[in-house]
Formats: sequence, C-alpha cells, structure tokens
Amino acid sequence: MLIAPPLVYALLLLALPLCAVVLFSFWTQDFMEVDTAFTLQNYREIWDSPVYLLLLQRSVFVSGMVTLVTVTLAYPVAYYISFNVAPAKKSMWIFLITIPFWTSYLIRVFLWKVILGYNGVVNSGLVGLGIIDEPLSFLLYNVNAVIITLAHAFAPFAILPIFVALEKIDRSLLEASRDLGEGRIRTFLRVTLPLSMPGLVAAVLIVFIPTIGDYVTPELMGGAGGKLIANMIQTQFLQLNNAPLGAALALVAMVCVTAIALVFIVLNRRWLRRQV
Amino acid sequence: MSGGRILGIYAVLYLIFLYAPIVLLPIFAFNDATIIAFPLSGFSTRWFEALWGNAALGDAVGNSLFIAAMTAILSTLLGICAARAGAMADFPGKSGILGFVMLPLVLPEIIIAVSLLIVLRQVLDMQLSNWTVIAAHTLLCTPFSIAILNGAFQNLDPSIEEGAMDLGESRWGAFCSVVLPLVMPGIVSSLLIAFTISLDEFIIAFFLTGSNPTMPVYIWGLLRFPQQLPVVMALGTILVALSIVLLAIAEFYRRRGLARAGLKDSGGFL
Repeated sequence: MLIAPPLVYALLLLALPLCAVVLFSFWTQDFMEVDTAFTLQNYREIWDSPVYLLLLQRSVFVSGMVTLVTVTLAYPVAYYISFNVAPAKKSMWIFLITIPFWTSYLIRVFLWKVILGYNGVVNSGLVGLGIIDEPLSFLLYNVNAVIITLAHAFAPFAILPIFVALEKIDRSLLEASRDLGEGRIRTFLRVTLPLSMPGLVAAVLIVFIPTIGDYVTPELMGGAGGKLIANMIQTQFLQLNNAPLGAALALVAMVCVTAIALVFIVLNRRWLRRQV
Repeated sequence: MSGGRILGIYAVLYLIFLYAPIVLLPIFAFNDATIIAFPLSGFSTRWFEALWGNAALGDAVGNSLFIAAMTAILSTLLGICAARAGAMADFPGKSGILGFVMLPLVLPEIIIAVSLLIVLRQVLDMQLSNWTVIAAHTLLCTPFSIAILNGAFQNLDPSIEEGAMDLGESRWGAFCSVVLPLVMPGIVSSLLIAFTISLDEFIIAFFLTGSNPTMPVYIWGLLRFPQQLPVVMALGTILVALSIVLLAIAEFYRRRGLARAGLKDSGGFL
C-alpha cells in the first residue's frame, strides 16, 4: 500500500507525540524528574492563575482580530484576481502574492519593527511631512503591532483558498442572477458570497488556528503588554523546564481555538442553509 | 470610476503593503550606518563583507542547507506516495487518512514543536541534532509536497500507464519510464518548495536544534544585538534574492508540468 509510508510517518511523528503531550499534561514536574502520578494540578494551576487566563484571552483575541483583518483585506484581492484579471495573468498575480510569504519570516517580522519603530519609516515619514512634531510611540510594542505583523504574514494563506473557491464559481450563475433583475450588490451577497464560502471558511481556519502558536511576532513586536500564550509555552519548555505545565498550556490553547473554529463552522453552515 | 478600477487600485495597494518590508531590506543592507532608521547615510557594502568572514554564520548556513536538502528529499518521497495513493482507486478510510496526513498544515507549529520535544527528550531521551529538525521539518513540509504533487498525479491519464503495461512493461517499469517523467516537473517544484520552507523555518527549529543552530536560529540570536542588525539586513537580502530565484524555478516547473498534462493553469502552489 502506497499510503503506508506517509501514514506511518504522520502516526509516529504526529499522533504519537500528541498523545504524549496529553499524557504529560496530567503529570507534574518535580525538580529534575517528572512525577508520573495522574493529577489535574496543571489544569487547576492554569484555571486559578490570572496570568495564564489573561494570556489565553489575549491570544484568542489577537488570533480572532488577525483572522478578521486578514480575511477582510484578502477577499477583495482574491475577487479582483478571479473576476477582473485576464486569465493569462492570473498565475502571475498569485505568484507575486506568494513570494513575500516564502522569504525569511524572522527578518520580515523584524522589518515591521523598522517600519513602526520610534525612528521608523512611518514616524520619520510623518515628521518629515510636518504632520506630527514628535515621533509616535504607540505604534510599536503593543497588541496592535502584533496584529498588523501577523496579518501581513498570513495574507497569502487567506487569499489562496478564497481565490480557488471564486475560480470554481460557474459564471453563468452570476449572469442568471443579473438577468433575473438582481443588482450587482445583491448578486454578490446572494450568489457569489455564499458560493465562495468554502474558500472563506478554509481561509479562516488556516489563519485562525496557526496564529495561536506564533511566539516570534509577540516577542519582537508586543513589548511587555503584548506577550501571548505561545511565549508562555515556550518559556515553560525552554527556560523553566516545566514540560508538563507547558504541555497543559499548549493543549488548552489548542482546544480553545479548535472549539471556536468549530462554532464558527456550525454558524456558517446555518447561515448558508438560510440563504437557499 | 467603475468597480473594477477601484478593486484594481486596491489590489495594487495591497501588493505594496505585502512588499513594503522586503523593499526596505536592501535599502538598509547597503546603508552605511549601524542604526536601522531613516535618514539614510550613504552607500556601503561593508555589511556584506562582514558576512563573508563569519565562521559561526557559515556553520549555521551549512546546517540549514543540509537540513533543507534532506527535508526536501524525504517530504517529496512521502508526498509522491500519498499523491499516487490519492490518485488511485478508493480504499477504505481514504479521505480520512489523506486528511490526517495533511493535518500539520492547520496545526499551530508550536504544538508540533512541543510534542516532538517531549517525545525526543523526555520519552526517548535522545540528543537533539540536525536529524531531529529534519524529522520535524519533513512532517511540516509533507502536506505542501502532497498538495503540489496531487496536481501532477491527478492530471495523469491512467490509460498511458496501462498502455505501457500492455506493451510489456512491469508495474515498476511503467512507473519509471512513463509516469515519472510526466510528474517530474511536480517533483522538482515540490523539492524546491520544501527546501525553501525548511530553510526559513524558525518556530520548530528553535525547539529542536541541538548544539548547532540553524540559520534562522542564528539570526534570532543576532536580533538581540543592535550592532549586528545591519549584518542581518545584508544576510536577509541574500536570502530573499535566493528564495525568489528558487521559487521562480519552482513556478516554472509547475507550469511546465501543467502544460505537459495539457491543462489550463489555475494558479498557485496550494
């Protein structure tokens, strides 16, 4: 069976390790040793600690905002490429959009620091134009800076699935809608948007879930008030040497975003059914 | 102004937003000042010269190239298996298994990093090395390889292969002499994409590198020292140029593959 090698690989390096994470989250760290007695202590600690809950809340908020911003900004671009660009030039546009995504992630995040920083591009531009006298200090080292940077990083992930879904729409359906007297906007809302929904949902999932696991952007852009749950997970594993608590935090974060994503899918299905 | 025009202007603005950080990179890499800020002071190539004699950086680049090459080969091999299986007749649990193999695409990278770290360090008590990073990167890149190769395999007309077998080729012979050349552009494209992803990956590599850092892990260390930043800019400029060349080649092969299969280009790697 040909499927065996990739399946076995994914089972050994994904499914099995995930089971180990679940197991570890019910154990505790006892100095250098891991105490393997089953306990809910890690989860209790997360629940009782205002720090972890705050980080979790902030992370879910940031992921949600990033998803909203990314998908909203991306949809018109995908729409433009699918409906307004000549077929021969479409793949060139897609190629142009994907290029920045493949180039050194760390350096891209760092460059946002250069753009938004105290002596950065935005500030020197505004000062140079005489719009402001003093550089703005609220651009960098806060949650907004994290959201902007992540929205930039995930842009192609949102554009591609929406574009693919838009490409699949039978153009004669749009003509039919127009022929039956619907206007441009109503045709979009009642035909194009519902038909592109699978792409939109894919875009939401592919942005919302992975953003929870990024610790680079909050570390570089977030300052003290912009740290997220992924920073805490990283600290637990690599600095505090508390793998069980880190495992529990990672699972809680993962379950939170997955649950929210599922609710979104269910609500979306309901909305689609009402459209028919 | 028509709706299409407004959308077009918006799309161009969006591209400017996407490219803004990358455009800044060469500007500061050739800028003759230690501080990364405006106004610029003058043209200089000294940051590129500083890269040349840096032995630690050389080691990190060597590690990263080795990891990226191995990852590209392994994930493409796994991708060929999965894409070929996906293009063949249905078997029980097909969509579930294929979905599971694609899972790393939507999983937060930190989850992959953390779970592998637990297994390697706590359960197996292994030393972290380049191979632990390769194992994780292969897991991460396989879905991308599958996505690219799916395009190549699903467009294949099964009667070509059957024809070769009717003419006396064995199953393996038909695969090597007929199928492989037809999907070769997809394979090259998959190798290049996996190579690019692995070369750039930081979140997982930071957890799983041993005593020898990969290039992104080394860059991460440099970001803390302000006087090193122009060197990082110079390095970044080279990396971006390299990625663009690799991607352009990958795109060229992907299109050639589509042309070979006699298909219309629907765009995109994913």
